[in-house]
Amino acid sequence: MRSFLTMLGIIVGVAAVIAVVSTITGTNEQIKNNLIGDGTNTVTIQLYRNGWPADFSYSDVPEGIPELNEKVRKDILDMDHVVNVSLIHMHTYVDSLYYHGHQLSGGQVFGIDENYFETAGYHVVLGRGFSTADFKDQRKIAIIDDTLKNSVFGGENPLGKSIDIVGEPFVVVGVVNKKSEFEPVINTVEDYYMYNDYSSGVLYIPDSMWPLVFRYDEPKQVIVKADSTDTMTEVGNQCKEILNATLTSTDQTIKYESTDLAESASQLQQLSSSANILLIGIASISLLVGGIGVMNIMLVSVTERTREIGIKKALGARKNRILRQFLMEAVILSGIGGILGVVTGIVLSKIISLVALIPTAINPYAIIIAVLFSMVIGVVFGMVPSIKASKLNPIEALRYE
Amino acid sequence: MALLSLRNIYKEYDNEEIKVPVLFDIDLDVEEGEYLVIMGHSGSGKSTLMNIIGCLDEATSGEYILDGEDVSKKSDNELADIRNKTIGFVFQTFNLLPKETAQVNVALPLLYAGVPKQERMERAKEALEKMGLGDRMDFLPNQLSGGQKQRVAIARAIVTNPKILLADEPTGALDTASGMQIMDLFSKLNEEGITIIMITHEPDIAAYGKRMVVIQDGRLKSAEKPKKIEQTKETLDETEPTEDNQE
Ligand SMILES: Nc1ncnc2c1ncn2[C@@H]1O[C@H](COP(=O)(O)OP(=O)(O)O)[C@@H](O)[C@H]1O
Ligand SMILES: [Mg+2]
Repeated sequence: MRSFLTMLGIIVGVAAVIAVVSTITGTNEQIKNNLIGDGTNTVTIQLYRNGWPADFSYSDVPEGIPELNEKVRKDILDMDHVVNVSLIHMHTYVDSLYYHGHQLSGGQVFGIDENYFETAGYHVVLGRGFSTADFKDQRKIAIIDDTLKNSVFGGENPLGKSIDIVGEPFVVVGVVNKKSEFEPVINTVEDYYMYNDYSSGVLYIPDSMWPLVFRYDEPKQVIVKADSTDTMTEVGNQCKEILNATLTSTDQTIKYESTDLAESASQLQQLSSSANILLIGIASISLLVGGIGVMNIMLVSVTERTREIGIKKALGARKNRILRQFLMEAVILSGIGGILGVVTGIVLSKIISLVALIPTAINPYAIIIAVLFSMVIGVVFGMVPSIKASKLNPIEALRYE
Repeated sequence: MALLSLRNIYKEYDNEEIKVPVLFDIDLDVEEGEYLVIMGHSGSGKSTLMNIIGCLDEATSGEYILDGEDVSKKSDNELADIRNKTIGFVFQTFNLLPKETAQVNVALPLLYAGVPKQERMERAKEALEKMGLGDRMDFLPNQLSGGQKQRVAIARAIVTNPKILLADEPTGALDTASGMQIMDLFSKLNEEGITIIMITHEPDIAAYGKRMVVIQDGRLKSAEKPKKIEQTKETLDETEPTEDNQE
């Protein structure tokens, strides 16, 4: 009971650390999943003007934005950490989509190359994908995503149906879906914009057909698949440089960006660093309190066991042995406190995630560090009482009642 | 050469500016195999002398040679090793660890001697059997009688095969019958060769020794030891035996 009260400081300290770390880890992981990627590690680089994604659907394309050719594609593919590259055209909020005379509002049209589905992490769930022949023979065929299928065709089989794009009929040959699904978390206006875009459904056509319905000279987007989540930012930045080197425009505000990635990464860092300061504060205060508790109970214990120490010294125990015995007890005491703190912290983080609906993830490093650190606290604060014990005079210790 | 020899020992306790002189000019030689009894009034300095002999305390001045070595030149750790290997202690109040079994208590000095666990337990068992406590090995001290506790303490004192057994009023907390039993064990151990130095103020206990010295006011005097059995009982009824021997 008394030991438990002593451990309380350490338990509270470690529990707080574990709970906070779990919450941060959980939130970070969710942000990472939602914003950066869901394991497909895809980076999108697109043209910006005046700090906003450039849309040339209704305006002329300015001078100095050359078409991205096969050489640029190869340069990007040759970069470190790059697995795949795809160049696409994209129009959002296309109002010239019709099915059986009904306008499909808010739909998107992508003009894609052969690598797109693989690069962006889509797979065909119905019908087929595009073949090399489809691109070469300029076939008027289309693939739709799951969202568009549901909103336009409902339960109907979409295969073989034709959708008009700017008056040209395209026959649906397949349906694709994102490989892994996740619930988006909307943190910023851009997120909202981003997720809203996708939720309106996408129609994919071979890029070779793009000039038939839209302008051939529109800038393309580059979709790059990195080899891991950690290299995404680097790949995005390098890719941006290669692409910006192609620009000859006099308008300095026109440049390629991979903003959402950089933005979410820095958001992540901000969140963790501010939380880290809070964490260090909580941890040091409560562990200090816990350490003083350990020191106090060890001092009491040394006094209570003065006679035992005297007996052991009379029987030939050396100073170091007495010192080690008490240090060991302090370390075990605080170590158990640390373990109990970890358990409490895990329970606490589960409660937080249930009540506050914040995702939490147990961080194994945090657990190991917390337990080790509380043991270090035991050594540091157990040192004074242990030295006191080891220096006791054996006769006085034996006489102690 | 004597097993231990004290020359000109002076001891004072130094408590917060008040110096308490306790022992003066102590000269004492104890040969191997002796059974020496130290008698004296309460407060005469018997335990102080015993602590110096047992290397638990250091003399303020004077020379103490134990087993051929000058004790005053030893470090704390070396003194601990001497207590562990050369000396076995038996105290009036037993001084057993209350939370450990008899066997673990007896094995404790072997731990400090670096003996492996299995051998420690085996030797502790043998020592307890020798003290007639083979069936009490797993008992805690508070499950044992006073006499049994003291026999556990003796087992603990001899388990390292020390040269000297130091006993400070070993029967002081015991009834007469248990005290006699302890004395019989001492005599047996002495016959086996261990040197015994025993403090007591009871003449019939002192009678078990082979030689006696008396401490009076911190000074050592040799004395005639009390006769065993009936004769001792008579002297016991009179005044303190130390006084007897003085006259
Ligand atoms: N730590 C101490 N500080 C001061 N005086 C002490 C201390 N220990 C013992 N004494 C004094 O030394 C004297 C001898 O004590 P002690 O050796 O215990 O006597 P005995 O064992 O013969 O009864 C006593 O007067 C006692 O009060
Ligand atoms: Mg005494």
